[in-house]
Amino acid sequence: MSAAGSRPIATGRSSAGMPTGRLAVWWIIASEIVIFGGLLGSYVMHRLAHDAFAEQAAHTNTWIGAFNTFVLLTSSLSAVLAHKASDAGDGKKAARFLYYTMAGGLVFLIVKAFEWTSEIQAGFTIASNTFWSFYYTAAGIHAAHVLAGVIIMGFVAQTAKKNLELQRVELIGLYWHFVDVVWIFLFPLLYIAK
Amino acid sequence: MVVKHASPAHEHGDHHATQSWVKTYLLSTDHKIICFQYMFTGMALAILAGFFSYVFRMQMAFPGMNVPGWGLVTPSDYNMLVTNHGAIMIFWVAMPVLIAAFGNYLIPLMIGADDMVFPKINRLSYQIFLLSVVVLLASFFVDGGGFGGAWTMYPPLMAKAEYSLTGTGSSVFLLAVALEFVAFLLGGINFVTTAMNARAPGMKLYDIPIVVWMIVIASILFMASVGPLIAGAIMMLFDQQLGTAFFDPNRGGDPILWQHLFWFFGHPEVYVVLLPAVGITAEIITVFSRKKLFAYKTVLNTAIGTGILSFTVWAHHQFVAGIDPRMANIFTVTTLIISIPIAEMMFVYVATLYGGSITLATPMLWALGFIATFLIGGVTGIFLGASGADIYLHDTYFVLAHFHYTFFPIAIIGTYAGLTFWFPKMFGKEMNDTLGKVHFWGTFIAFNCIFIPLFFTGMLGDHRRIFDYTNFPELTTPMLENLRAFATLSLVVMLGFQLVFVYNFVTSLLWGKQADINPWRANTLEWTTASPPPHGNWPELPTVYRGPYEYSVPGRKDDFWPQDAKS
Amino acid sequence: MADHAAHDHAHEAHGEHSHHPNYVKIWAALLVLLVISVAGPFLGIQIVTLITAFGIAIVKAYLVVKNFMHIDIAAKVVTYLILTMLLFMLLFFAGAAPDVMESHGSNWEKPSWIAGTAHPETPAPAHEERH
Repeated sequence: MSAAGSRPIATGRSSAGMPTGRLAVWWIIASEIVIFGGLLGSYVMHRLAHDAFAEQAAHTNTWIGAFNTFVLLTSSLSAVLAHKASDAGDGKKAARFLYYTMAGGLVFLIVKAFEWTSEIQAGFTIASNTFWSFYYTAAGIHAAHVLAGVIIMGFVAQTAKKNLELQRVELIGLYWHFVDVVWIFLFPLLYIAK
Repeated sequence: MVVKHASPAHEHGDHHATQSWVKTYLLSTDHKIICFQYMFTGMALAILAGFFSYVFRMQMAFPGMNVPGWGLVTPSDYNMLVTNHGAIMIFWVAMPVLIAAFGNYLIPLMIGADDMVFPKINRLSYQIFLLSVVVLLASFFVDGGGFGGAWTMYPPLMAKAEYSLTGTGSSVFLLAVALEFVAFLLGGINFVTTAMNARAPGMKLYDIPIVVWMIVIASILFMASVGPLIAGAIMMLFDQQLGTAFFDPNRGGDPILWQHLFWFFGHPEVYVVLLPAVGITAEIITVFSRKKLFAYKTVLNTAIGTGILSFTVWAHHQFVAGIDPRMANIFTVTTLIISIPIAEMMFVYVATLYGGSITLATPMLWALGFIATFLIGGVTGIFLGASGADIYLHDTYFVLAHFHYTFFPIAIIGTYAGLTFWFPKMFGKEMNDTLGKVHFWGTFIAFNCIFIPLFFTGMLGDHRRIFDYTNFPELTTPMLENLRAFATLSLVVMLGFQLVFVYNFVTSLLWGKQADINPWRANTLEWTTASPPPHGNWPELPTVYRGPYEYSVPGRKDDFWPQDAKS
Repeated sequence: MADHAAHDHAHEAHGEHSHHPNYVKIWAALLVLLVISVAGPFLGIQIVTLITAFGIAIVKAYLVVKNFMHIDIAAKVVTYLILTMLLFMLLFFAGAAPDVMESHGSNWEKPSWIAGTAHPETPAPAHEERH
């Protein structure tokens, strides 16, 4: 714990029965649930009311969506394996698994970029109509979370490699799984329900 | 079990003494300094928003007048001024002062911790907040001027530059609001985690002072309600800048959706700022009536209940927006129900006062003033919560007077109550009590003189968004004009009385009497350390043995019993 | 953090399984569910599609939250917190949906392509050529 010297005593206490970092990440996840909840709730209202949304959704590519789901699920696996390694005190192994997870996130983003390019070339832009506005906004906010996760994970892996701050491996993992869960719902909402 | 004050905070404290001014006051991670940053930023913006209100009230009372300090108020000036008065008062005054400043100061001190659990995130939170202030101020100077479509940012005025004529201003304003939300999300997570995890040994859930509970519940409400609006803000930004049509019914969107997204946040937001003020009042009332808080657990459960109920009432802001009438029924019922817990809280406070030995010191006057004015705000809210009456009263000055009777007690009276109460602890000096009372009575009486007339002009038909009534013959009767002028003059008087406070604040800070550790003889933990507390708060962190409100316990020599006293 | 370490030790004493289940098995289960959810629509029955799409999404999310995020090991308050947030979102949906789902009111109407009335006057761009 390199930075522990400047940490207040308060940080180390755990009156609620769990480490402060883990508690805070759960609160972050809670506040993210309502962000995605508001957006996806609005989308579902439109989707239920208007069959025209189904016709628009027919233009999305299920196979690409399914592939990206596979990528994210697999990256979640390596994130949790990193957590397991960090619990065992093996920082090097944890960092390696985090790098795999980051690679998964990058693959996800690259696939997304190609997918969007082809859709925009086919004429479906964010301003085409409300379905595509929701499509790009929801997937875009999610992709921003993936990108943020990849970047933060890079920092976490750097310290974990030196066997420092190993509890962070679990924390970034929690966030990553949450981003995965959001995609688990985005996938049927945007791709399957046609 | 006594927590050993391990070296880290000590070392830090020693460092602190030798740090440069910038490091100590601008880049500090100390929760007390961050409290001052939030508080003084909030107060500076309160002066700005107060000035705005002066300008547009002068225009209301004396249409077409050359307002001293501003000049001629054009219609677009007027819209910009009222919009930003509202937005600043809620987002950049009430929230930073009541939640961020008091939360930062009180949570670690009242639960016996040396700092927040994430001091650097705390600092980051203020820096993002400061950035949001800069962005907000910048929005006044961009091409087309500041946004003028009301703080609720309804489309199409917010979404379409051809209607608002402030295309850039709208986007910059939205960005400022979004940054402010990010700052408070970071701060809120810090508050909640600190209160949950960093309590002093021995401090059980029911030993936490009510004000800490209130700030924590308020932070949770904020976190749970702001999400949809953050999503909505992104959608709105895309409508403005990327040509999407989320809120444009001509292209398949829905403007009512924005209102739902906004008010799903907007109504709990009332309770986000209300609860800390209610908590501050609780602390003051118990101390100055030397009595145990009546029904601690009831207050706590009521606050939690209010918080949950506050998520079920939002559409009462939209009764005339064309929402489904069946929903209006439901929201009328829930709105009337939510007045019950608030009324209950008022009764609990009165019951606390009953039979106490009351001292009318300045903080106590503010606390009692809070109860009195908020009561009027709550009662008039019942008229507006009933959808039938609201159809007539909506968007009149009655609504305006109602919410000023809720927000003024919260944001202004609550702040003054807290500030005068904790001033000795924060700055180590005592405030002048006489000047404090002059300031209280001047503000309190003038405030009522502003807004009671506005209830009447509202019932007689004055509409909120009208810039100049001279074009409406039925609204230019001498009676209405006199009431408007009286309200405006009262506002000027009230703003004038704030100079008394500024004078008192500055002179007390510079030449005030050195304050004792515990000048009010209160129980809570912040009064057990030096005034002002050092970095790290205590040389040795306290242990808690009892609840926070053990006043006038029979058989004890003192009429108070500090939480950390062993016996 | 000391608490954390003690916590983990207790679990290790009970054997790895309690804290760290076999993650690869769970991942495999998730992939099987993914295949089913993709295959569902091919049957062409709407109710089956809905179940395979959203029912399975819920199962998948549950598997991830329980096994990868260890919500059952976190304090109870976390579970309540997450459930409360979901409940609030249902509330939001219930309050807003009656208005947002309207396609027309007494003096307004959504464009025909979305409201499903009459023939499209304002078709969605790039919509026609695909059909």
